[in-house]
Amino acid sequence: MKSFKGRVIAGGNFKGEAVVSRQGLNTLATFQKSALTRSKEVIGSDQNNPDVFGKKLTGKVLCLPQTIGSTTGGLVIQTVCSLKANPAAFLFSEHIDSLAASGIVLAKVWENSDVIAIDLLGQEFLDTVKTGDTVEIKEDGTVTIL
Amino acid sequence: MSTVETRAGEYKMELTQEQLDILEGKKGETMAKVIKTVVMFGEIFGAKRLVPITHNSGHLVTSFGIGILAPLYRTMDELINAGIKVKGDFTVDPRPLDYKNVKCTMLEKLLFNKILYSKQEQYESQLKKVGLKDEDGFTCTCYLPEVGNTPKEGDILAWAESSAVVYANSVLGARCNRNSGMLDLFSSIVGYVPEFGLLTDEGRKASWKVYVNTTKKPEAQVLGSAIGMKVMEDVPYVYGLDKFLGTELNDENKSYLKDFGAATASNGAVGLYHIDNLTPEAKRCGEELIKPDAKEYIIDDAELERIKNSYPIMWKDPNKKADKCFIGCPHLTLQQLKDWTDKIEKGLKETGRKKVALTTVFTAAPGVVKEFQKSEHYPRLMAAGAKLSSICPLMYTNNPLTKKYNIATNSNKLRTYSAARFYEDDEMLAIIVGKEGH
Repeated sequence: MKSFKGRVIAGGNFKGEAVVSRQGLNTLATFQKSALTRSKEVIGSDQNNPDVFGKKLTGKVLCLPQTIGSTTGGLVIQTVCSLKANPAAFLFSEHIDSLAASGIVLAKVWENSDVIAIDLLGQEFLDTVKTGDTVEIKEDGTVTIL
Repeated sequence: MSTVETRAGEYKMELTQEQLDILEGKKGETMAKVIKTVVMFGEIFGAKRLVPITHNSGHLVTSFGIGILAPLYRTMDELINAGIKVKGDFTVDPRPLDYKNVKCTMLEKLLFNKILYSKQEQYESQLKKVGLKDEDGFTCTCYLPEVGNTPKEGDILAWAESSAVVYANSVLGARCNRNSGMLDLFSSIVGYVPEFGLLTDEGRKASWKVYVNTTKKPEAQVLGSAIGMKVMEDVPYVYGLDKFLGTELNDENKSYLKDFGAATASNGAVGLYHIDNLTPEAKRCGEELIKPDAKEYIIDDAELERIKNSYPIMWKDPNKKADKCFIGCPHLTLQQLKDWTDKIEKGLKETGRKKVALTTVFTAAPGVVKEFQKSEHYPRLMAAGAKLSSICPLMYTNNPLTKKYNIATNSNKLRTYSAARFYEDDEMLAIIVGKEGH
């Protein structure tokens, strides 16, 4: 059991299963296919990211360094949140990037989403957490890998 | 000045009374949500205040009515119903479709119209209602003189199109962060943008010194790619390029910097670069722009070759020849269109062909296309069998059915976001004019 403390972007308490992207997560490429079919569950569809490709992301704890790719990324996060098909939490090891930050803010303000986002968890967090781990998130930004 | 924190305990940012009033709903619930989004976004990046946008025209990145983005259309309707428009006007990225100049099969049209871009008409109607400049406002190169959305040095912007942001910051000396879609619109509505990052003097300092030691003028798209991949979101200060580009900005080197910048922004996440002795801030401030602990990156011929060879070939059948090619991502300048016309005409004479060897689409802003159509080059390009469009090649290739085509391009941005294969300009020309072995 190991705990990390990050900065709360959008707070909440949650316990769930981690899906880990070791590389920058391309938001559009990852979410596009499921969103296109209006699927209730997002399956990662970025073939260039084997860490999340083919994995269910809806309701999971998505652990990543930052997001990358098209500047539509914010809108894509807002869209999956509006469909309630989003990961329950985004845990960033680095400072949240501007595209993901936009998406989280858009989801909170315009969709009343309960999505959780915590950043600045550090490289050690990303080195430690593995896909399939159970992760507990507290309102104050504490993340514990159980 | 007072702070929201003292009044509401919710925000740390210093806000004016007018901004506070909007936040508290005095201009309606929707306006309150718009400014709340901008303030919350700024706070994540430690912005201490909102600063006024000083250029009258915005530019939006979201130009496509892609069916899945339901919240976009709902939000636009909410803005329209509340009578909200941007301050000034805006241009927007290129349209995804142009059936007249970029032919599609019935199946492709069905996919585009009914599934992929099923909301295009509705979205364009919404854009007009919130402040779209005009019908010709669809381009990623809004800053070109033929389009007229050209900020001046020092202007504060809230654009999101990555190639336009890096051009405005670097070549024009304006100040703009790499924003996301929607934040570009919301900031243009409130007329303010959070002050952080590339809007500040400190944020514009370079943390990389890049030395270009090549034996000839490097291909803009490959040099930009190399630098983008190395520095990612950092600011590079580039030495040695003035040897090839000169020390005064002109149409030719501005076209070069447009393509170079788009590659730095798409192959990395560069929002600003400085070219020693050439770009405005580098000319004015020189090495004062470089942070003391800046890292170094040396680029020679071998490094560019290594970068080019690292691009994966995504064609379904790499052994087959190209079926189509797109030139103009970002959209071409008037001079680039004229140069390509001259080169193709000369190349066709050499190969003894009358027409281009494959479907060849040149893309440029509607305003640039109109100017080009007045020139003596236009009938010559058409006679060579090329197509001219203002489509977004990226949006066209964002279609699973195009995967059956071998699409070639000289754009590193298009290569990055699609299955198109990258060729340098000379190789691309050889393919277009049907030179043997290509």
